[in-house]
Amino acid sequence: MKVLVTILIVVTAISSIALSQERPYFVTYSHEMEEPGNLEIESFNVVGKPTKGNRFLGSDVEFEYGATAWWTSEFYLDGQTTANDSTIFTGFRWENRIRPLMREHWINPVLYVEYENTSADKALREVVGHDGNDDFLESNRAARPDVEREMELKLILGSNYHGWNISENFIGEKNLAAEPWEFGYAWAISRPLKLAASAHRCTFCAERFQAGVEMYGGLGDWHSFGLNQTSHYFGPTVNWSAPSGATISFSPQFGLNDYSIGHLYRFGISYEIEQVFGRLHRGGQ
Amino acid sequence: MKIRLLSVILLFSALAFAVADGAWLANVPGSDHQRTNPYSSRVDAIEAGRNIFEEHCAKCHGENAEGTKKRPSLRTARVQQQATPGDLHWLLVNGNMKRGMPSWAKLPDPQLWQLVAYVKSLREQ
Repeated sequence: MKVLVTILIVVTAISSIALSQERPYFVTYSHEMEEPGNLEIESFNVVGKPTKGNRFLGSDVEFEYGATAWWTSEFYLDGQTTANDSTIFTGFRWENRIRPLMREHWINPVLYVEYENTSADKALREVVGHDGNDDFLESNRAARPDVEREMELKLILGSNYHGWNISENFIGEKNLAAEPWEFGYAWAISRPLKLAASAHRCTFCAERFQAGVEMYGGLGDWHSFGLNQTSHYFGPTVNWSAPSGATISFSPQFGLNDYSIGHLYRFGISYEIEQVFGRLHRGGQ
Repeated sequence: MKIRLLSVILLFSALAFAVADGAWLANVPGSDHQRTNPYSSRVDAIEAGRNIFEEHCAKCHGENAEGTKKRPSLRTARVQQQATPGDLHWLLVNGNMKRGMPSWAKLPDPQLWQLVAYVKSLREQ
């Protein structure tokens, strides 16, 4: 842990921090990639209280690196704390996003591949299959031995139109043990509060805020595809990009049926460090 | 035999590099090439464009757009004279991903035009 902290301090010291231009989404991916050579450090958190269960805080720390203009790689460390229970490290995830088309189109596809190794995870970074309220009732001690090694595929579709970003994700997840494919979806729409930038530098001007809505949920599994016994969430979402380089995001989200957790409160913060390994990239246009 | 093969490979590599450098201009559709900048010559737009440049572009292209060791200058004749504002806007939207230039379509269109106004204003400095 000390090594990790030392690396972070050194990396931050030798690099400059840039204004992030993140979408205010917590589950949905847009088609926009990390700029090549930039490293974004993010922390996303969710607070919820399942029916008949204990309140929990699920968290992850993400290291997102723009390997090229069309390939972004991201590593996650996950943890959670549950009231009247314990605080535990729940595992890691590694994802790669590849943009197959080299130009901007009306709809822009991105292919997403992720491997995860988690147990008792409550970060809720996606909802698939029949994930629901009851998955959050087990104690950490009971849930922890059940280690899930999963491969997740996503088709990310994104469009930018007159300042609006519209993103849709189709999710397929396979537990590498003998379990069926599970499916899910996510979509979101957002827009900066002002499209043109101000001529003067400002902290709370409208173009630094983005607002929108986000919805996601499960679509059953290979044997029972559909909406039966699946959970779904919807809510407004907003973020603010501070001049210091941080982006702060918040979203209250509401479970849409009895199978969902009633309310989720999501918040996150991210820093973008420019050209962290810039010497490795060839450049030019 | 090996020397001849190496020479051919080097020749093709050099040709490919020469064609790729600036080749994006040939890819700009005519309709984009002819687009005019709605923020052209507006002082407030140039100032706003400079702020955007400093936040998003300066790390690669240099604080004064003079280029860095690995990334090109934006004060060259190709950018300042050959490329129209529409060409630059098209490049910002689409990027030149194989050459390391990302798409900036995540910035709203008015901000892209403000950025173009700033880059074009460098010619007069």
